[in-house]
Amino acid sequence: MQLLNLSETVNFMSLRRITSAFSILLIVASIASFATKGLNWGLDFTGGSLIEVSFEQSADLTKVRQVMDENGFGDATVQNFGSSRDVLIRIAPRLHAEGESVGEKIDSKMIGDTIMSALTAMDDTATMRRIEFVGPSVGGELREQGGLAMLTALLCILIYVALRFEWRFALGSVSALGHDVIITVGLFSALGIEFDLTVLAAVLAVIGYSLNDTIVVSDRIRENFRKIRQGEAEEIINISLTQTLNRTMVTSFTTALVLLALLFVGGELIKGFATALLFGVVIGTYSSIYVASSIALALGISKEDMMPTEVEKEGADQDQLMP
Amino acid sequence: MVVLVLLIGGLYSAPNLYGEDPAIQVSGVRGAEVNALVLDTVVAKLDEAKIEYKKSELAEGRILVRLKREDDQLKAKEAIGDSLGDGFVVALNLAPATPGWLQAFGAGPLKLGLDLRGGVHFLMEVDMKEAMNKKFTEMEEDFKADLREEKIYYRRIAQTGSGEAVRVQIRKAEELDDARRFIEKKYPDLVVIEDSKTSEPDLLVSMTEQKIKETRNYAVDQNITIIRNRVNELGVAEPLVQRQGQERIVVQLPGVQDTARAKEILGATATLEFKMVYQDGDIGAAMNGRVPPKAKLYDSKKQGPVLLEKKVRLTGDHIVDAQSSFDQYGMPQVSISLDTKGGNKMSAMTKDNIGNPMAVVFIEYKPTEVKDKNGVSILKKYEEVISVATIQARLGRNFVITGLDSSSEAHNLALMLRAGALIAPIQIVEERTVGPSLGQENIDAGFNAVMLGFGLVLLFMLVYYKKFGLVANVALAANLVMIIGVMSMIPGATLTLPGIAGIVLTVGMAVDANVLIFERIREELKDNRSPQQAIHHGYDSAFSTIADANITTFIAAVILFAIGTGPIKGFAITLAIGIATSMFTAIVGTRAIVNATWGGKRIEKLSI
Repeated sequence: MQLLNLSETVNFMSLRRITSAFSILLIVASIASFATKGLNWGLDFTGGSLIEVSFEQSADLTKVRQVMDENGFGDATVQNFGSSRDVLIRIAPRLHAEGESVGEKIDSKMIGDTIMSALTAMDDTATMRRIEFVGPSVGGELREQGGLAMLTALLCILIYVALRFEWRFALGSVSALGHDVIITVGLFSALGIEFDLTVLAAVLAVIGYSLNDTIVVSDRIRENFRKIRQGEAEEIINISLTQTLNRTMVTSFTTALVLLALLFVGGELIKGFATALLFGVVIGTYSSIYVASSIALALGISKEDMMPTEVEKEGADQDQLMP
Repeated sequence: MVVLVLLIGGLYSAPNLYGEDPAIQVSGVRGAEVNALVLDTVVAKLDEAKIEYKKSELAEGRILVRLKREDDQLKAKEAIGDSLGDGFVVALNLAPATPGWLQAFGAGPLKLGLDLRGGVHFLMEVDMKEAMNKKFTEMEEDFKADLREEKIYYRRIAQTGSGEAVRVQIRKAEELDDARRFIEKKYPDLVVIEDSKTSEPDLLVSMTEQKIKETRNYAVDQNITIIRNRVNELGVAEPLVQRQGQERIVVQLPGVQDTARAKEILGATATLEFKMVYQDGDIGAAMNGRVPPKAKLYDSKKQGPVLLEKKVRLTGDHIVDAQSSFDQYGMPQVSISLDTKGGNKMSAMTKDNIGNPMAVVFIEYKPTEVKDKNGVSILKKYEEVISVATIQARLGRNFVITGLDSSSEAHNLALMLRAGALIAPIQIVEERTVGPSLGQENIDAGFNAVMLGFGLVLLFMLVYYKKFGLVANVALAANLVMIIGVMSMIPGATLTLPGIAGIVLTVGMAVDANVLIFERIREELKDNRSPQQAIHHGYDSAFSTIADANITTFIAAVILFAIGTGPIKGFAITLAIGIATSMFTAIVGTRAIVNATWGGKRIEKLSI
């Protein structure tokens, strides 16, 4: 059995102007959404409190809201989570003015406990499922750390690919990664899905996955440059993409299979993670075909760059190419 | 080799099949020792309450009783707790039911994260500014005393506005150099410079980088010791108290639900009081209720009841440090340092009391089950005499307590002295509580997702690559076993929900290596190579691609692990392990099977 039985080389690169425009459009849209709507940051990043409670019967949200009001948490958001019996309550961090007393500080940490006892008073079938409290300073730090993690990962990968292949490929694959990350984050921004720590982990996993794809393609391009003596760079890239297409599709398909399993049976907490990765896999597959190769081509990759040089000095061959 | 590696992987993942026994764990606090006698009491109580148990054992200073039924756990806890009293903590636990022959290999089941087993996670931050302030105050007092002793007159010694140094204002300019030389000599870890901004003879004394680091570390370590002590009293099985970064402490309490109580106990305050033993009293009469008006009856674990003076001679906030060590004869001792004020008081107290016994009382306010109308627990005062020692000479700022029975007693005493000393305040900056029902649900959901994803991939590979797909499936199954085996083997690794997601993702991506190889073989076959050659070329040419692809993903996983915290770390560790094991099973493992099946034969067609 074979997904695609291609006897002819598909002329992928002929579409590269259209796809470049498409990619740029998506990136601009993502950045625009990020700039205007921002991200729906999760508790991990904003700080605040979160309480998940489950009741034996369907929960009466208005009643829960009323209890919140009575206890001085009028700003709390109350919503169902997963099923009608589960309720998720979120409370923004209480900001303290300078010089407030220590007593108040302890209070803000006790929010979870206070609310839990108020809810059990309202309905004694209420059981605590999870309480989270994140101090505002910790939240900010996590956000910084997350961004730093992403940048470091990209930089290390850039160095590895540059050493292993060639700088044009490195730039191509890292641009593809940046492309995937921006668009995935853009999707979360546009749809207003909560962005928490596990989603960040997923976005970082997208980097790993998309890279995997890109490397396989680049590897084949390099091999073909060395093997096929005649032919234009564009043609060789097309041949390579056609040869690896089957593998790209099969792997994306199996990965998508397990992610769908996670999305549907993995539970409520892992949904954001699965969504981010699933989308990332799709966009990653696309970018490994179009973004990475197009950029390498646009940067003027040629057969000479791929030949194993006798002088094993990095950059020696590049100097000769400089006009 | 493949068989050997798989056997080891299988061996270490095997304990996960056995599940856990409900158990009761008894451990001692404040030096109370758990011994065979206690074990006998526990067993006798269980028999009395007609609670059936599988096994009782005494190991590593604690008793573990495995029960037959989970319902008996609470009943057993009550029965044992009532009979043992204060010095022991009885906790509910789940003990892995790993058989002895597996334990002999050091194999044990996977440790589950809090999101899977339920419990509380606290992140606490030590107030470093306060800790540094205390250090500077101490420096001020030291300088004042020292300079007075050296007869160097000063106008004022105080912390600077920026809070980074102590300004020493000397009265006579010609004594500036003397003061400077003196401080530099006595405190080599301080930096002394002349303040060039003022015309006055001023010195600025600050700490070296090394000293600042030490002070910070001390503040964190001291808090960790105290928190550990308190956590032990909470009666939690397998708690975790660990430093995180520069000034934070992670506390994880599996199975704890009542976070309010946990927070109160962690935040309890302790103090110490030094008192003289009351000399004229009669213990016998006092125990019958006739306590002299100036004395109070105390209980001490070591000496039994003692009568102490009511007057408090010195309080614990003067203690700067307490360390257990050995004297020149190799006997255990505890050396104590006080601040200047404390030193003076100690000196005054001991001057007229040489030859008399002095006692240290440890006082702790702990929340009780009783709550007042605001829902705040009423605090109860616990007092305990932790040491009675005879004063041998007039004491000053530094002195030692000797005559201790064992080094563990010395260690405990030092610990309690430090716990009663003034410490840098801490704050909870993050808290996560997961209820037990959610934990179990997370396990179930995670397990289902792994199984469903795994099943779908197996099915697809079988249909798509036929016999070779079967080979890949065997490798995939082996991979799953090995991930679990490796995770169980690494001592610090815990399985969390994102970790399960990592495993699921690995299952999806692990087939990639096989897909690469198989697609290559198909291509070679299309180029009219013989099946044997195709297999050979397929594996060889796919190898470098697979290596490159996996190494880069591995880099990403390592960075995630290094920078990320909490859930991200859990995900990164399974991803990294998965990449390593999948490389092995997908390349070496499948090749071995393929060679065994098709190798050395003349074949016309491959089932691929």
